[in-house]
Order: sequence, then C-alpha cells, then structure tokens
Amino acid sequence: MAEILQGTLDLMVLKTLNVMGPMHGYGIARRIEQVTGDALLVNQGTIYLCLMRLIQKRWITAEWGVSDNNRKAKFYSISKEGRKQLAIETANWERIADAMGKLLRMG
Amino acid sequence: MNNMLWDKIAAHLRKRRMDADLADEMEFHLASLVEEYLAKGLSEDEAGRQARLALGNVTHLNEQHREVRGLPFMDMLLQDLRYGVRTLLRDRGFTMSAILIAGLGIAGAAAVFSVVNAVLLRPLPVQDPASLVWITGDADANDLSGITMPVNVYRDLRAQAQTLSGAAAYFAFYGAGDLKLTGAGEPERLSAVPVSQTFLPLLGVQPMIGRNFSEEECQENRDVAILSSRLWKRRFASDPSIYGRKLVLNDRPVTVIGVLPESFDFSSVFAPAANIELLTPLPVTDGLNRMGNTVPVIGRLKPGATVAQLAAELKVLAPEIGARWDRPGMKLRAQTLSEHVSGKVRPALYVLMCAVAVLMLIVCANLSSLQLARSIARRKEMALRIALGAGRGRLVRQLLTENLLLMSVAATLGIVLAVVATRVLANLATIVMARRDAIVFDWQSLVFAVVLAVLTGVVAGLFPALHVPERATHDSLKDAGRSSSEGREKRWLRSALVVSEIAFACVLLAGAGLLARSFLRILDVQLGFRPERAYTIRIDPSRRFESLQKRAAYFGEALRLVREAPGIEAAGLTDVIPLGSNRSWSVGAKDREYSRQSPPEDGFVRVVTEGYVTALGLRIVEGRDLQESDGPDAKKVILLNETLAKRLWPGRSPVGQMTKYAGGDREVVGVVADVRHLALEQTSGNEFYIPLRQTGDYVSAILVVRSALPAASVVSSIRGALRNLDSNLPVQEFRPVQSYVDDSLSPRRLTVYLLVGFSLFAVALASLGIYAVVSNSVERRTQEIGVRMALGASGADVRREVLWGTLKLAGLGVAIGVVASMVLSRGLSSMLYGVAPGDPVTFAGMVGVIAAVATVAGYVPALRASRVDPMEALRQSA
Repeated sequence: MAEILQGTLDLMVLKTLNVMGPMHGYGIARRIEQVTGDALLVNQGTIYLCLMRLIQKRWITAEWGVSDNNRKAKFYSISKEGRKQLAIETANWERIADAMGKLLRMG
Repeated sequence: MNNMLWDKIAAHLRKRRMDADLADEMEFHLASLVEEYLAKGLSEDEAGRQARLALGNVTHLNEQHREVRGLPFMDMLLQDLRYGVRTLLRDRGFTMSAILIAGLGIAGAAAVFSVVNAVLLRPLPVQDPASLVWITGDADANDLSGITMPVNVYRDLRAQAQTLSGAAAYFAFYGAGDLKLTGAGEPERLSAVPVSQTFLPLLGVQPMIGRNFSEEECQENRDVAILSSRLWKRRFASDPSIYGRKLVLNDRPVTVIGVLPESFDFSSVFAPAANIELLTPLPVTDGLNRMGNTVPVIGRLKPGATVAQLAAELKVLAPEIGARWDRPGMKLRAQTLSEHVSGKVRPALYVLMCAVAVLMLIVCANLSSLQLARSIARRKEMALRIALGAGRGRLVRQLLTENLLLMSVAATLGIVLAVVATRVLANLATIVMARRDAIVFDWQSLVFAVVLAVLTGVVAGLFPALHVPERATHDSLKDAGRSSSEGREKRWLRSALVVSEIAFACVLLAGAGLLARSFLRILDVQLGFRPERAYTIRIDPSRRFESLQKRAAYFGEALRLVREAPGIEAAGLTDVIPLGSNRSWSVGAKDREYSRQSPPEDGFVRVVTEGYVTALGLRIVEGRDLQESDGPDAKKVILLNETLAKRLWPGRSPVGQMTKYAGGDREVVGVVADVRHLALEQTSGNEFYIPLRQTGDYVSAILVVRSALPAASVVSSIRGALRNLDSNLPVQEFRPVQSYVDDSLSPRRLTVYLLVGFSLFAVALASLGIYAVVSNSVERRTQEIGVRMALGASGADVRREVLWGTLKLAGLGVAIGVVASMVLSRGLSSMLYGVAPGDPVTFAGMVGVIAAVATVAGYVPALRASRVDPMEALRQSA
C-alpha cells in the first residue's frame, strides 16, 4: 500500500494530534508508522507536505518550541476547526468502511 | 478558501523564510532519526544513511513543499520571465526588429479599429438607434432635391405609416453660415438647421438646459433657438442662465430656449461637412409645403417592425400620399439611420479593415520566420535543457512566455503610436466624415490592441514552439548541429512563410495601387471649373430688402466695390458652390407640352450674377455670359449647361430658345460646360443658371472672386472694399474653392494614404523576410559553396544561383498574390474610378515593385555568398 489517499493521511495526522496533543513532524511520522505499520509512509518527508496543507486549511497550527532532546523543533497542534473536521471525517470514514465491509462480506 | 489564497501568496512572497524554516525542520527530523538508529545500535555512517533514506529526497521534498504552500504557477512564470528577459536582451537584433514589426502592426490595426469602432460599431448618440430609419426620395444620395420631400408628405407619412411609431424631419437646405450673430463680441456666421417639433423627442435627446420647441413655436415659426453645447461653451462661456437670453441673429432677436447635451451633435450625425451650431423650429405648414422638396424624414420603427416591412408599406403608401401633393408616382425608400450616417465611408472602412487584417498576417508570418530562425540557433540550448530534465511542455511554455514578453513590449509601443495616430486622424480637418468627433482611443481600442498583441504572440510563437524537440538527440547536442539535415522541414516552412508574406504584400499593393490610381484619375477629372485661385465668402445683406430692385442695387454696389479692389480679377455672386450644396428645379422647353407621362427635365439650379462664370472659371461654350443689365425689369434670361441644352433641343442651338418652369419663361442666352457639382466622381446631369437680379428664390449670397493674390491679401482686400457697405463682415466663412474639392475627396484620400502606408510597410516586411531567409540559407551552405568554388564555380555563378533561388520564392509569392488580388480587387470595384479591378498597369507595377524588392533583398546575401573563401569554408568542415 504505497500510495495512500491524501485525505487519509490528513485524517491520520488530525487524529494523532487530537489524541497525543502538540507534536513535531518527526513525532507524528513515528506515531503513524508505529500504529499503521512501517509501509504506509514511503518516506517521512511527505508528512511535511501534509502538515503544510493542514495549516493552510486552518485545521492545525504550528509553533517553534524545544523538543525532549533539547533541540529546536516545530510543534503542531490541532485547532478547533480541525477537531470539527476530524469529527466529520471520522463519521464519513466509518460510514464508508461500514458500507465497504457489508459489500465485501456479501460475496 | 480566501485565507488559503492569502497564505499561498504570503508563502510565495516569504519564500526564503519558509525555505529556511523547512530546512530547520528537516535538520531536526534527520537528527532525531539518526539518534533513533544509533540507539538501535547502527554505526554512525549507517545511521546517517538510513536516516536520509527514511526522510526521502530533501531537494525534491523542498520543491514539493513550495508547490503545496505557494503559487507554483507564479514561480514558474517568474522564472520563465527572468530567463526570457535575459535571452531577449542577449539577442538584441532579433528583439528590436520583432518589437518594431509587431508594434507598428499593432499601431496600424488599433488606429483603424478606433476609427471603425467610432464610425461603424459604436451606436449613434441617441436613444435606441437600432430602431431609427432614414426615409428619402428615390434618388442619388448627393441630390438633395431628389432625396427630400415636401413637408406635407412628411406630415401624412407620420400620420399614416403603420410600421412607424413616430417621425421627424429637418430642413435639408440650410445654408452653411446662414445666420449672422452680432452683438457682444466679434460678429460671426453660424449655421442653423430648422427641425420639426418631433425631432429631439424622436431621437430621445433631452436638452441639457431648457426645453424642446413647443408645438406653437414650431407652427408659428417663432424666433427661438436651441444651441449646440459647443457654441454654448465657446461663445457664452457655459453660462448656466442662458435660457431666455435674446441673441441677435440676422438683425432679429432670437430667444435661446435650450442647450443640446454634449453627447449629441447634429453635424456629427447628419451633416459631417457642416458645423451646425443652432436648431430652429421647422413649421409644417402649407406655406413651407409650397417650397417643394425640402425635408428628409427620420422615423422610429414600432417595436418588432423591420426596415423591410417599412419598405413594403412605403411602396403602397408613397404613391398614395404623393398623388395628394402633386407628386404622382412618388417613390420613397428606407434604410437604417446608422447605415445612412456611415454610408459614405463604410466601403472605405471595410477596405481598411481588410488591409489591416492582411497586414497583421504579414506581421505574424514575419515574426514566425524570425522566431524559426532563432529556434534553429537555439536548438542546442533546447536539447541541453531537455537532457537536463526539462519537460517539453515547460519548454513550450518558456517559448510562449518569451513571446508574450516580446508582445507586451510591442503592444506598449503599438498603443502609444496608435493613440497618437488616432488623435491625428480625429483632428485632421481635411477629413470630412460623419462621427469624426467620436474617434478616440478608448478602453475598447486598448482591449483590442492587447488582445491582438496576445494573439500575434501566440500565432507567431506557435511554429517555433511546435518545433521543440521531443527528446534530446545526440546529434543536436553536438556542436556541428549546423550541417544536420533536421532543418529541412524548417527551411521549407520558412520558405512557405516568405512566399505567403510576398503574396499578402501583393494583395495590399494591388489594392493600394488601384485606389491610388483611381485617386489620381479623380484629381484629373474635368471639374468644369477652376478651383485654384478662386475664393468664396458669404456677403448676405444685413438688412432685409423688400423688393428685387433694392436687393439688386445692394449686390450691384457690392460687386462694383469688390471689382475695383486691388488684385481682384473677377467677382460674381452665387447661392451655391459646386461640391457645396445643391437643389433642383423643373425646367422645360417652352414650345413643348409636358404631361405626367413625359414630365419636364429636372435640373440643378444656381442663382448667379454676371462675373460668376469667369470668377469660378466656367467655360462658355456658346452665346454669352449673364450681364449686369439682366436686371429685375429686363427680359428674363437663363444659361444652360451642355447636357441640358442637348436634352431640351437635341441637334439644335439652344441660344434664343425659350424655357419654362424655371422661375417663369426665360430666354436662353448662353451655354456653359458641365460642372461636377455633386461629387468629383459623378457628372451632375442637367444644370442651369438664372440671374440673381431676376429672382428672390435663394437663401444665401456667396461672393466668388478670382485673384492672383495670396489668400490673406484677398480677405483684407475684400474686407476693405466692403467696409462701407457692411462694417462687420464675418470672415470665418472665407474659403478657397479648392477646399470644397479637398473636402469632397477626403474619405478617399484617407483610404489611399493609409492603404499606401500599409502596403509600403508590408513590402518592407516581405523584403526583410526574403533577406532573412536567403542570408540564412547562404550561411548554412557556406561549406557547400566553398566546395563548389574550389571545384571551379565562379563568384558570378554562385551569385546567380542564390539570386535565382530568391526570385523563385518571390515568383511563387507574386503568382499567388496576383491571383488573390484579381479575386479580391473585385470587392473594391465600387470604390474605383476610371480603373478596372484587374487594371494591367497596376498589376504590372505591383509585380515590378515586388521583383525589384526581392532582387535587392536577395542580392546582398548573394554577394556575400560569392565572396566565400573556399579555403576558409572547407576548413570549417574539418
């Protein structure tokens, strides 16, 4: 599953930030890899394109801060609109997954 | 969504900052990954390698990041522009010539568009102009008596025509400068037009100050007037309280009741040659009806009605109304008002539009050819860029961007030139054209110029862009790209472009040649009078005379004084000047019976005194001129022109015969040569002259003098002579007779000048095209030529061959051009005079010019070819 849908990655990032609180890009990438298995992100840099998109959509915000290992890092956190969007997307996703599940079970 | 766009623009503007941010983040990410891998126990080197692998290609990521956050299109555009500017600056010769060629083309096209837009496209400055129609008698448009009708016909037409919702009329025989304004300031002659009460309401024109005429004011012909806004500004300093002011016009008090809005100028729409400053009431009464044909009619179609329906109705209605008012079998015709207004210049403008279109095609062909030459030179650069990973689309876009860049500079140049040209055209006093005042370079012209520039850029850039290679071939990367055979297709294309340029130039040259020859023919026309050294000035008496005798005495005195003035060779009076205005009366032989079936002749009448014939330079063919003794109490006499004399008494001498109808029975005392009275291109048929002292039926008195003195001296001489008679003689109306001739030629002159200009430009472009192609091919074939010369070919041989190749191209272009011109020139036939559309002289001249130009353009490179040093050329190929 090399190619993942753009929207899917967005959803994963939003979910991660919602659950884990503010995180830097590296942390988000690690977290997604851990949860979904290594294969999902072909390379971790891709996460920054997604983060840029989400910032421009106003769903997340970014701020420079200091990481656990005492380095300068950019921290991302989910915004109010982001939470709203997450709720909508989650509902959508569940509905599709449900429908797909039913359809596939039928055969 | 808007926020996002702002973010993107902000990101675009803060590129450096954002790049640095991302770089910091990447650094952090990489460091974290390295730490992670080190913790897993990998070596430092291996950890670094794995970390970079996990993160991905940072350069690529950077680019993607920029695309996501910013405006990738803008990035690319800016990059292309920057690159474009650099290449264009490097290729200065190419850039300059391309800008000049396109700029001149755009200037010409935009200037012509401004004129066409003003005269043909922009609606008339009245309400709903599309439903206005122009209804006239069925005669030549120049024959004022023929196209007008009696006011009662107008009245009945207005009442009875079912397809019309309203109608209006104006008095067509207003004389230029009929009214003399005296009182405050310099006395001056003004022109007024009497209009029906319905005139302004029908056109939907609302006076800017005051009101329209009332019904009573019109019917009782009261002394009221509406001023043009020009007069109001000029003479009355835009006085807002002008309503009710009394002016003294022809010694009578006239009340100002209104000022026309600036947007509506009577002359601009209805009388391009005149300068109408006042509207006065036109009474629709039996009294005016007795004056005969006096008014053309303007009608407004009912909603849904068409001109064709009106024409059908007129076919039935006109004879019916005509029978009522002594016009049996009267025919009326209708056309839209805008057709009438632009009618005279329409064909000329169509020709100019076509000419400009052809010119732009030549410009495109020339630019294409320049670009192609350049693209051959740039083949290596393109190949290199492809090899380095540039996509074909990107390269095509690069070329188009360069083109648009070039075009935007050219457009700027073109627009500046067009603004100047438009202003010059609009202010050329020698151009008499309806709606000349509306000729401006406005935003529509601007849009036109810009769109044209973009189109030119795209069309001219298309071929070179299509020639961007698919992939970098080894050959094109090599230095010796010159000798490769890949250029054959391009060479063919460039030859085709040159051939088409020559063909187009031929078409323009043929059109310009035909019109120029017509123009010369017209200048050579036997006018029947000699305009040079003849001058006219209005000298209507300032007092009204009750009797013919008193008037005759006044004019006799005036003529005597003028004839005694220094430098005046001859002087006479007339009511109309040839090519000025005209009117016609019936005239017949007294000894013949006329009926409805065989009506008497119609002829143009002129009311003149003795001396007029000499002063204007008419030729007496038979009999004598009028004499001072042909007074009010003497025997009534008449002069006929040759045409009328032949019609009335074919094969016999008319002198001594009697005529009737023309202001009573008159004895023919002389015959004069025909005069071109309506237009230079047109014979005017029947004409006759009756003595001014024997009739009261004229509205103006124009003094015609012949003098060898310069114009200014003639004015002061006449002024001095008439000082005792009339102390405030306005001199604005002093005109050389030549100016009537010039005015009548002006639309044609405009066309000819512009067309000749365009075709010279076209020929210049074509020769440039030939030169470029030939010298390019000579350059490419240097080695071949060198070999042949080493093998014994002489310089003359080489020269001949190159020249022959050039002439083959030119010959093909001329052949196509001649055929195309033969076909297209037929469309010109309505504008030609004394020259056939396929005029062999013009065509031979055209072929000669092109051949000469091609020879010169080909000779220079041929000469260069013949001077190729064989040793040098051969060394090159080593």
